[in-house]
Amino acid sequence: MKRIYAIEELCLNCRLCEVYCKTAHSQSKDIIKANKYEDPAPVSRVTVYGDNFLSAALNCRHCDDPRCVKACITGAMTKDKKTGIVYVNEEKCIGCMTCLAVCPYGCIKVGKPAVKCDLCRNEDEPACVKNCPNHALIYTDLGGEDE
Amino acid sequence: MSVNYIPRRFTVIRDKERCINCGCCVRQCSNECHLFADDGKTVISDSNSCVACHRCVDLCPTGALRIEKYVCDYRENANWTPQYQQEICRQAETGGVLLSGMGTPKPYPIYWDKILLNASQVTNPSIDPLREPMEIRTILGRKPEKLTVEKKGKSTVDMPPQVILETPIMFSAMSFGSISLNAQKSLAMAAKELGTLFNVGEGGLHPDLQPFTDRAIVQVASGRFGVHSDYLNNSRFVEIKIGQGAKPGIGGHLPGEKVSVEVSNARMIPEGSDAISPAPHHDIYSIEDLRQLIWAIKQATGNSKPVSVKIAAVHNVAAIVSGCARAGADIVAIDGFRGGTGAAPTRIRDNVGIPIELALASADQRLRDEGIRSRISLVAAGSFRCSADIVKAIALGADACYCASAPLIAMGCHMCQTCNTGKCNWGIATQRPELTKRLNPDIMYKRVVNLITAWNHEIKEIMGGMGINSVDSLRGNRLMLRGIGLSEKELEILGIRHAGE
Repeated sequence: MKRIYAIEELCLNCRLCEVYCKTAHSQSKDIIKANKYEDPAPVSRVTVYGDNFLSAALNCRHCDDPRCVKACITGAMTKDKKTGIVYVNEEKCIGCMTCLAVCPYGCIKVGKPAVKCDLCRNEDEPACVKNCPNHALIYTDLGGEDE
Repeated sequence: MSVNYIPRRFTVIRDKERCINCGCCVRQCSNECHLFADDGKTVISDSNSCVACHRCVDLCPTGALRIEKYVCDYRENANWTPQYQQEICRQAETGGVLLSGMGTPKPYPIYWDKILLNASQVTNPSIDPLREPMEIRTILGRKPEKLTVEKKGKSTVDMPPQVILETPIMFSAMSFGSISLNAQKSLAMAAKELGTLFNVGEGGLHPDLQPFTDRAIVQVASGRFGVHSDYLNNSRFVEIKIGQGAKPGIGGHLPGEKVSVEVSNARMIPEGSDAISPAPHHDIYSIEDLRQLIWAIKQATGNSKPVSVKIAAVHNVAAIVSGCARAGADIVAIDGFRGGTGAAPTRIRDNVGIPIELALASADQRLRDEGIRSRISLVAAGSFRCSADIVKAIALGADACYCASAPLIAMGCHMCQTCNTGKCNWGIATQRPELTKRLNPDIMYKRVVNLITAWNHEIKEIMGGMGINSVDSLRGNRLMLRGIGLSEKELEILGIRHAGE
């Protein structure tokens, strides 16, 4: 499946991916409203770790055999059989944070429903990749196992 | 903190309605103009160190930032302008030579803007470059005096080495050290795709540029950095750098802090040591000495490559070019005083040298008068801002043009003229790893390719309008030029007529 890969040599630590992720997952889809006024405030699914010298954007790896899906007590965490995207069924999620505890990458954030990357599944390309100014995020299918 | 007597240059205007406090500007500004307030959330700006490089403006996702000139009036004085007063204060504080980057910003006449081009009407047809072939391929190198052929039509002339370019535009010398490796790599990749050449400057050849050596011009400058047999042979041609348009008559100084491990390896000097290029080549004190060096380089490269000599445009440029031609140079590059630099003493940059237009016209005329024009190819350098400047230069007699500032602008340069500080926010004129990675060669080379491709199209379009289908027919064709608002003397030196004549 197509996944997002971060190239740390090119990451600027500008964190625009976070801004655009928040916007893409907001109610208004407007960059200023989403980042300034919306309540509840949208949460970025991607997080840049590091400083200006070395940084990389980390988001869900959409594992082939995801532990979060196995661990989910309500069956809210789902791996789409067709696309491979791991996403949260918002109606089923009770915010118990079990997924958060088992994720080996720390890519799920606290929330009800749990907050995680869905690869912008209704769009052609994830918002973070589309808006990365230095092409430090690429969205491609490298095949094989993820881990 | 002492008072420094100099008001700031710019003010950062932050539109609080649009700012989302994402902190992108804080992390991007190497001059530390933006910072988080004590609450750790609100972004504020301190304009004092702003150089107007626009990194924050261009990256701000909501367009909340704007840079404004800081207006602080002085008592009016046409002689003691604010600029001179500020420069005096800066020198009073530091005791040092004023340094600047890029070409001179002074409002000297730009003759390109006072030359108009011709076009065909009625009596001769113009050509549509989209329908008919249009040749802009350029061949550099010494041309034989005459062509002799044997009975079967085979040439019996020993052809000196030639360099074929697919466009009359080459990238001028910028060394690794003055610009980042990523910037050089972008130019190298662009040169390869465009079928033209890039110039590695005097800083040696970085091993990463090895795949592009067939597109590289290597320089032998007064510091002789990184010069060895492989360096000379791993190139398309070799250039002896005598002078640079932005700083004629003086050498270069790359401060030790910019001499990283990589730079020190490429330059073959100790890490952290200042890289000093002396003002003269200490083995060239005459045309005869230059002849010896040209000969030595030709020997070292097995006579397989043309040898170029790059000089700054100074008062006696025509005679100097003639001397270089007679010393055995195959290509002579003339760099006009508006040419760029990574760092030059401000006074030299703003006061020394002459415009490329006049230098080129007088050198071309002198060579023609002496009957040795075909011995060398003339390359013009020193601020070509658009394709029309290039067409005018070719019509004044240039074989090809060196461009550097324009490709740098394509890569993000905003002409903030602080290359010498090594804090280039665009990752061009810096060696700091956190800044150089901002320039992704895979993105930037395409932008440079796009720029030159666009210029190529425009050159063809302009030539077509003149009814010319080959750049060779444009070269030195000064009848295609007319001056506007120029004096008798200027027209005489440029060798063109006034508009309406």
